Amino acid sequence: MKLLVAVKEVATVEDSFEVDGTEIDDRYLGARLNEWDEYALEEAVQLREAGVADEVVTVTVGPEEHEQSIRKALAKGADRAVRVWDDALADADLLDVRAKTDVLRAVVEEEEPDLVLTGVQSGDDSWGATGVALADEVGYQWAAVVNDLEHDLADGTASVRRELEGGVEELTDVELPAVLTVQTGINQPRYASMRGIRQAQRKELAVKDFSALGLDPSAVEGSLERTAMYEPESESDVAVWEGSSDETAGALADLLREKGVAP
Amino acid sequence: MSAVLVVADHRQGELRDVSYELVSAGDGLAEQSGGDLHLAVVGGDVDRFADELDLAGVDAIHTIARGEEFNHDVYVESTEQLVESIEPTYVLGPNSVNGLDYLPAVANRLGRPLVTDAIDLETDGDRLELTRECYGGKVETTIELEGEAVVSVREGEWPAATEPGDASIEPFDVTIDEDAVGSTVTGFEEVTGGDVDITEADVLVSIGRGIEDEENLDLVRDLADALEATLSSSRPIVDNGWLPPNRQVGQSGKVVTPDVYVAIGISGAVQHVAGMKGSDTIVAINTDPDAPIMDIADYAIHDDLFDVVPALIEQFE
Repeated sequence: MKLLVAVKEVATVEDSFEVDGTEIDDRYLGARLNEWDEYALEEAVQLREAGVADEVVTVTVGPEEHEQSIRKALAKGADRAVRVWDDALADADLLDVRAKTDVLRAVVEEEEPDLVLTGVQSGDDSWGATGVALADEVGYQWAAVVNDLEHDLADGTASVRRELEGGVEELTDVELPAVLTVQTGINQPRYASMRGIRQAQRKELAVKDFSALGLDPSAVEGSLERTAMYEPESESDVAVWEGSSDETAGALADLLREKGVAP
Repeated sequence: MSAVLVVADHRQGELRDVSYELVSAGDGLAEQSGGDLHLAVVGGDVDRFADELDLAGVDAIHTIARGEEFNHDVYVESTEQLVESIEPTYVLGPNSVNGLDYLPAVANRLGRPLVTDAIDLETDGDRLELTRECYGGKVETTIELEGEAVVSVREGEWPAATEPGDASIEPFDVTIDEDAVGSTVTGFEEVTGGDVDITEADVLVSIGRGIEDEENLDLVRDLADALEATLSSSRPIVDNGWLPPNRQVGQSGKVVTPDVYVAIGISGAVQHVAGMKGSDTIVAINTDPDAPIMDIADYAIHDDLFDVVPALIEQFE
């Protein structure tokens, strides 16, 4: 069984920063492997260690600078990596779900994995949509926001738990092949060992452009335009109750009764 | 004319609050674009749900009685077929866990752009401007698009629609290819300590690091009892094992939108604020007047919680 894990390098922002046009000034940006994808990767590596999967391949849509994060994924146990980049991607100012879906579809069709894992969302743009759109596009089944996966994958079925709101989990059986979007907390992602880091340098990291994948540059012509970016205004118009504890507690009690929510 | 279709969200026999918020969001778009507001109820007790969502602004409600619970294949097929019938410019759904399980597939099938987690929407009937957050809420961005779109809206950002309406309510027939249904829900389970759902509370008494010690929890328990409120907390309290995970408010806990949220000894880290900023009224009790919680609080008491809380309990005795 082959597993494909879509991992992404995301930008991190310092506490104090400036916005330049519709982007954060890159002096204030750092980079890391997307937190959610780290859990997806760990889940895949555990499946291989359990003997359920034979191979774990990562796929990343990103420029050469992102190879530091891809090597990190290889150091943590992925067997090989595919990185997709193209001038068309470099020129796109906003990569929407459609564009990412089209690019990843080409990789899924080439690799033909039995199971695709990826994070629920990315820490920067937080679209939270690519996994499910990809599944639909390639005709796989799917489940979003998975916080538990049974590791036997018996009878071509993935038994998962989906983390719903309000502390409720949905138990669902999903037929393979499938795409699962993985929630943080599903496992404890490992740190890369020194041995893993050394081995990662020798693992295959294939770079593919659009022509290699049979993609047309129009695949990334999105219909969305980012028109502004700004820091949310602080809305500190707080009314401070002054006085003794009895007085302030009295003011709060009055408010609660006024709202009709206290006895 | 550009119609709007909103798809309601429900679970285990009840409409979720976001369904009423979706009516407000959809009504706003319909008003701005001069179109009709359609609403779809898929699965569950569709007739009761339709009655509950027959609210001012809604022109037509389409009921699709298929199954009791959410199934993404049914939702994708139903939404797709409704869109083909109504031809709405905008399809709105919840940015809930289930919303994220079907709306991306809907957008993919319809070949429409998708924008998730919108916190504001404006349209002139042709161009749609959406506001959303990036980098964990450090910045907001506006995104514009022309024409049709599928949008998921963040829960707790729009007011819940309440005014009764006069919509037409009719069943809508969908054809579902049963062979294409590849996932089966086998059950639901509450996470550990599932004694209460803090997302349903009208008043939350929420505590943070300021409570200092586990034994001081009795004080806030007494307060919650006196106010007939529900007790919740920020992450450190749950990490310490003082309260079960189902009491945690925040990004990794629950997103709550009570009428009143009383934050006691909570500094207001962004991860916590993400879970409670949609509260109607926020009261902060904190000795630090510069704590970030003050940025979003409506009322504040800059005093020691160990003085204020007993005085407050006394007010209700």
